[in-house]
Amino acid sequence: MDYLKKVWAIVWKDIRAEIRTKEIFSSMFIFSLLVLVIFNFSIDLLEVNPLDIAQGVLWIAFTFSGILGLNRSFLFEKENDCLQGLMLTPIDRSAIYLGKMLGNLIFMLIMEAITVPIFVVLFNIGIYDKIISLAIVIILGTLGFVTVGTLFSAMSVNIKAREVMLPILLFPIVVPVIIASVKSTGAILTGKPFDDIISWLKLIAVFDVVFLVVSFLSFEYIIEE
Amino acid sequence: MNYIIDCEKVSKSYGNISALRDVSLKLEKGSFLAIFGPNGAGKTTLLKILSNLVKPTSGTVKINGTPLDNEDGEIRKNIGVVSHNTFLYNNLTPYENLEFYGKMYNIQNLEKRIAGVVDEVGLTVRMHDPVRTFSRGMMQRLSIARVLMPDPSIIYLDEPYTGLDQHAAMKLRDILKNLKREDRTMIMITHNIERGLEVCTHVAIQVMGRIVYMEEINKVDINNFESKYFNTVGKEHY
Repeated sequence: MDYLKKVWAIVWKDIRAEIRTKEIFSSMFIFSLLVLVIFNFSIDLLEVNPLDIAQGVLWIAFTFSGILGLNRSFLFEKENDCLQGLMLTPIDRSAIYLGKMLGNLIFMLIMEAITVPIFVVLFNIGIYDKIISLAIVIILGTLGFVTVGTLFSAMSVNIKAREVMLPILLFPIVVPVIIASVKSTGAILTGKPFDDIISWLKLIAVFDVVFLVVSFLSFEYIIEE
Repeated sequence: MNYIIDCEKVSKSYGNISALRDVSLKLEKGSFLAIFGPNGAGKTTLLKILSNLVKPTSGTVKINGTPLDNEDGEIRKNIGVVSHNTFLYNNLTPYENLEFYGKMYNIQNLEKRIAGVVDEVGLTVRMHDPVRTFSRGMMQRLSIARVLMPDPSIIYLDEPYTGLDQHAAMKLRDILKNLKREDRTMIMITHNIERGLEVCTHVAIQVMGRIVYMEEINKVDINNFESKYFNTVGKEHY
């Protein structure tokens, strides 16, 4: 119970700082909005069926703006060497990982919850009867992305070219979860039955569990000097 | 004899570079050790090993008789670190910073404790202002409040006077003198010989990863310590 209280204290500290600065959320949201608008203008939706490209555009917006948030995530901990301050406290270091990961997950899900309605309007796609299945895919896909992303964000925070290094390190690892998320989002948007996406969802769920366990166990060694 | 800090032949290497070489250090409860040494002497590495942030390449460290490599977080409750980095979140207020760290230490009656330590460092009137609006001296005082929250029996100070003006440095010195009276064991790294000598009970000089000199303060010729320091460190370092 104490462990979870400490995890929540880390999440709440990040939310509190974000409410004050709005640095992570505003950069993520503006970037995802720009991606949607640029794709909307560059593709003639009278000639191209939006359902052929929409799922790809949506996940490009999610993952690329997510990278911006992940890049900022551990920078706050570098300020005044706060990560070292956290490591000096008597908490299990995996709690630091869980707290940071949950914070990133919350920021990304909020950004996605605002991005999806804009996406629906710009690409003229009806999702009203598919909201629950779409939400399941987005939550599971984002969890997989953030699980690995938080770990790599911690690894790259001391690297000078971290803005470049994080996507280079992260995307090859999260390719399976992104492909599965894009495929299942596409199936949902085209109205295929839920049974058709079960195998993709299983893949995402297995990825989430495996990388959550691996990241949880390896985080301590990654942040130690 | 029971030493609160007992480190035996501790070495630390980063690749081919030796940061610490066979450092042995024993301190009794209530001691205040000031360590002087040039940049790159391995002083900060020593403190990082003693606070279990970095694992030594060889040697053993015991805090209160417990080896650090068997530590499960309990020893960290008794260790506070004040560094030239404050470990404070700039976008949070002193109250929010201390509340956060207090939760990490499971401190009971948190509000009362926060009010107490903030009062001790004289920052009560700025309790709810963001830390980013603070001067360097105020941040360093708040950093001491952060360390005092769990009431640690051991405090490490890594160049705490860095970036402080005279007024802030004097205020910090007064706070350190108060801490000393509370019978804590403390180790301070500083380049400021005068500041170090006025609060310590033991003095050490570290050069190239080795502690080459260590003595009780009452056996040290304080007036000639500066020349002793420069002779010990060697001309290549200044």
